[in-house]
Amino acid sequence: MLDAAVLDEMADIVAEAQAAPHTIAKLTEKHPGMTIDDGYAVQDRLLARWEADGRSLIGLKAGLTSKAKMEQMGVNEPSFAMLMRDMQDPEGSTIPTDKLIHPRVEAEIAFVMKDELSGENVTIDEILDATDYVQPALEVLDSRFEKFKFDLESVIADNASSARFVMGGRPRRPRDLDLRTIGLVMEIDGEIVATASSGAVLGHPARSIQMLVTWLHGRGRTLPAGSIVLTGGATEAIAVKTGNAVFARFQDMGEISVRIG
Amino acid sequence: MALDQTTIERAGDELLDAYRGNTTVAPLRDRYEGIDIVDAYRIQEHFMNRRYAAGERIVGKKIGVTSKAVQEMIGVFEPDFGQLTDIMQIENGGTADLDKLIQPKAEAEIAFVLKEDLVGPGITATDVIRATDHVRACFEIVDSRIDNWDIRIQDTVADNASCGVFVLGEDKIDPRDVDLTLAGLLVEKDGEPVATGVGAAVQGSPPNAVAWLANTLGRLGMPFRAGEIILSGSLAPLIPVAHGDRLAAYIGGIGTCEVSFANGGAAALFRTQEAADA
Repeated sequence: MLDAAVLDEMADIVAEAQAAPHTIAKLTEKHPGMTIDDGYAVQDRLLARWEADGRSLIGLKAGLTSKAKMEQMGVNEPSFAMLMRDMQDPEGSTIPTDKLIHPRVEAEIAFVMKDELSGENVTIDEILDATDYVQPALEVLDSRFEKFKFDLESVIADNASSARFVMGGRPRRPRDLDLRTIGLVMEIDGEIVATASSGAVLGHPARSIQMLVTWLHGRGRTLPAGSIVLTGGATEAIAVKTGNAVFARFQDMGEISVRIG
Repeated sequence: MALDQTTIERAGDELLDAYRGNTTVAPLRDRYEGIDIVDAYRIQEHFMNRRYAAGERIVGKKIGVTSKAVQEMIGVFEPDFGQLTDIMQIENGGTADLDKLIQPKAEAEIAFVLKEDLVGPGITATDVIRATDHVRACFEIVDSRIDNWDIRIQDTVADNASCGVFVLGEDKIDPRDVDLTLAGLLVEKDGEPVATGVGAAVQGSPPNAVAWLANTLGRLGMPFRAGEIILSGSLAPLIPVAHGDRLAAYIGGIGTCEVSFANGGAAALFRTQEAADA
């Protein structure tokens, strides 16, 4: 584990790069001994600052949830990051990009929890029971690292490239759907740019929550009732630019439409 | 210049020998100078005519080369088709005998079963939905009689669009009851996710592929009859298969299809299972 002073300094660097958007060098360049736990320790520091600024945590997200992405990064669990209330934009809105460097959009399934989840071995059934509803989501990612090139330690410290997110379409009860096989089509300016099935996330998007709750348990935490969880991109993340209209359709869950500002 | 009839028959005979001998031949495109897609369909016709003469009966069609990724790989921007015959069908949950296949791979698809003839040209997706009795989940086990799957469009068309065997799921769904464009797919191999996809990957929506087929057959003067099964094109990339694998395809709003693979067929798989249990 790196010194507290080093972690504080990393949190400064990331917080500044997010607030006055600019790219930074990978954090591991200066501190090659940085670990994944160090990355999460930087996240904890970011949260403390953001909460001190009056911002509030509204949920958590999972990244690297496809087998291909995990293999690419050489890991066997997803990365997790924080969703703040002011990161959410309404369906049908124009997403502000003045704070974004090189945004990318991915489509995924969001869970809204009604009950707290805790423990090491929560089951898929328990997760579905604890879910208020599921809904289509678009996540706008933005890396503070040059050209989206990073290692796992650095990207976790950068709150896993979180930037903005949108939820929309039809809220559905999770047991009314087969969440392994929700087909998705994402279009930009009327052209299909990505197609997927919700099963691309670990075979079932609730498996992301399963791993999230286990990870939280390891840190002495739980997933609070009322949390939003973004379960991870079913599609790949596609680069967007100002003026793009992004449209995603989800089988039996409706659609989300936003414009990139 | 089109290939002459003798050459067409020679190429078709070659493929038939490979099919019967469970072996492969070098790509046709390198050996039959000037071979084009029209020639390739004539070769397919000869290859299949000889199989019908030996007792196989047409039960439907398969559509291939329907995804953008495969079209780009092969450099052809329209689908192709092959004939399905009675001996290619395996029951749902059954076992594909790897000894009777050469270099099989699995594709999960949406199958259409027609209740009316579809006579092109001029057929649209609307006509397809109207003429469809039901759709169901299916596996197509593709196979190639060409060395190492080294195919271009002429090779695969001549080789009956690389058709091997197929499996239909049991659930029959009225196309009015499902969003075929957004039908999502998950394929599991022995319970682990191995492939995903969506209906839109097939020509924008699977009925578009069936309309293309009806129009193409209409132009060629070939029949497309009520009762035929149409495998409309793969929703996901090809899945490699090996002895002992069990694949399950789940398609959103449509159903499930399962198939196992074994050298020596179901009996051999059963013996393997018994040995494992013992």
